[in-house]
Amino acid sequence: MLKVDNLSVTFNEGTLDEKKALQKINLELKQGDFVTVIGSNGAGKSTLMNMISGSLKPDIGSVSINGENVTILPEYKRSRYIGRVFQDPMAGTAPTMTIEENLAMAYARNKKRTLKFGVNKKRRALFKEHLETLHIGLENRLNAKVGLLSGGERQALSLLMATFTEPNILLLDEHTAALDPSRAELITKLTGEVVQQFGLTTLMVTHNMQQALDLGNRLIMMDKGQIILEVSGEEKQALTIEKLLKEFQRIRGKQLESDRAVLG
Amino acid sequence: MLISMFSAVESGMIYALMALGVYLSFRILDFPDLTVDGSFVTGGAVAAISIVNGVPPIIATFYAIIAGFLAGMVTGILNTKGKINPLLSGILMMIALYSINLRIMGKPNVALLNEPTLFNQLEGIWEALGIDAFFNGILTTLGADRLPGTWVVLIVMIFITFIIKFITDYFLKTEVGLALRATGDNEKMIRSFSANTDTLTIVGLGISNALVALSGALVAQYSGFTDVNMGIGMIVIGLASVIIGEAIFGTKTIARTTLAVIGGAIVYRIVLTLALKVKFLETGDAKLITAVIVIIALIAPKLIKANKEKRRKKKRAMLSSGMGDNHA
Repeated sequence: MLKVDNLSVTFNEGTLDEKKALQKINLELKQGDFVTVIGSNGAGKSTLMNMISGSLKPDIGSVSINGENVTILPEYKRSRYIGRVFQDPMAGTAPTMTIEENLAMAYARNKKRTLKFGVNKKRRALFKEHLETLHIGLENRLNAKVGLLSGGERQALSLLMATFTEPNILLLDEHTAALDPSRAELITKLTGEVVQQFGLTTLMVTHNMQQALDLGNRLIMMDKGQIILEVSGEEKQALTIEKLLKEFQRIRGKQLESDRAVLG
Repeated sequence: MLISMFSAVESGMIYALMALGVYLSFRILDFPDLTVDGSFVTGGAVAAISIVNGVPPIIATFYAIIAGFLAGMVTGILNTKGKINPLLSGILMMIALYSINLRIMGKPNVALLNEPTLFNQLEGIWEALGIDAFFNGILTTLGADRLPGTWVVLIVMIFITFIIKFITDYFLKTEVGLALRATGDNEKMIRSFSANTDTLTIVGLGISNALVALSGALVAQYSGFTDVNMGIGMIVIGLASVIIGEAIFGTKTIARTTLAVIGGAIVYRIVLTLALKVKFLETGDAKLITAVIVIIALIAPKLIKANKEKRRKKKRAMLSSGMGDNHA
């Protein structure tokens, strides 16, 4: 479904700020895979997301979706296959437009935009039906401007907008990080439900280890632009935060020693 | 007085089309497009030179719309493909259009005095209908001593302006229109929903400047000439109309806002006419007055709001401290 092949990128090359954001990343997602990505700040998680969505271009390596090489496809063309939810609740919706207008824009993601009304009776009913699945009462506020909604409501709406057209790939970029704990929990729960309902192939970046363990069938850990750990299936089910931290120290500790040897 | 008010409303209706164009770029696309100062004249120049060369006024006006559309598109291409900042793209296009407009006209000023125009062509049909006599009859019974020469401009302009308003309202609710609005509202988001924001910006600026050029073409036919300098400050007049209209008539829905923009264009003309009646002000002061009107329209709503807030807080403070009970 999604294949990332030997992907590398370096920012500010040749300057003091040079940063190898991604180093030879290989990753393959099968239909229905739900992969959570963890790692510290600057590990390259968001860069990887942006490479897949097309908002950044790699130096070398390729990205394929459904066997089609999309590495040089511009972002707006690639988003026919990809649904995205951003970290910032303000980023995924248009604030001066109404809830139904926002949904209408999301509805057109994998279609050609025409000069017909974006919202009609039939679509309004469909939007309402989908909004009901969120259980936060947005279905009664179709004509409310999205700017008036709370962060949690906007993020729930963003999640729905990214998923209800059943994209081939769903990218979630720390989409609960900017919410208070109870809202974050709601969005996490909705995420699990919606991914299962549509059977979406999902890649989710998170800072929250518990969330990374609770959701998905695979987990990868990144550090310094590399994938340093991959767990899946039963092994992932048995994983705890403690084990994860130990594993991280084991892998990185070793590297620390080798660094010391070089410097020594 | 009646006559000058009448012509203020008349020209307000014509400039309303320009204001709608500015609304599209400034508000919908969130693109402060200074191309307007040039494309307004381009519209007038293309219409005037076509009419002088024997093209029927309606087709000449149509040419003007296309010229404006192209000018706006170039600004959009400079911004999206050339990655030039929006203000600079507009300024570059504005200055380039000054020379282009001179080339189109071949001289700084083209007169249309004895040429057919959209308005005087319709006047013939108009007189046969006797509508002027009807309206002037009403005014006479109301006690007016001087009567407007003709109602044709006003009625035709109300007709054209409202048709364009309704088309704009409709367009902004279509799938493409929604994507266009989102481009100005949250570009990152609409790109993640597979909209080509570059193309939308280019087309949006094209439509905006097509309306501005249409307005320029109609102003040329209304006033009987096109001058290469008639676009100076046009963007500010457009902004004045948008801001005044929004402040007075509100922005609850798209349809309401486009109506507000038309209203704002008329109010602006009326205020300007009234201001020029003041003894020590001259016609040359019009631009200064415009700037002052815009400044007032920008500051006044904030002051009123702050004042209301202050009073509300004071009242609440008094109530909570117990001083405000029965007699307050």
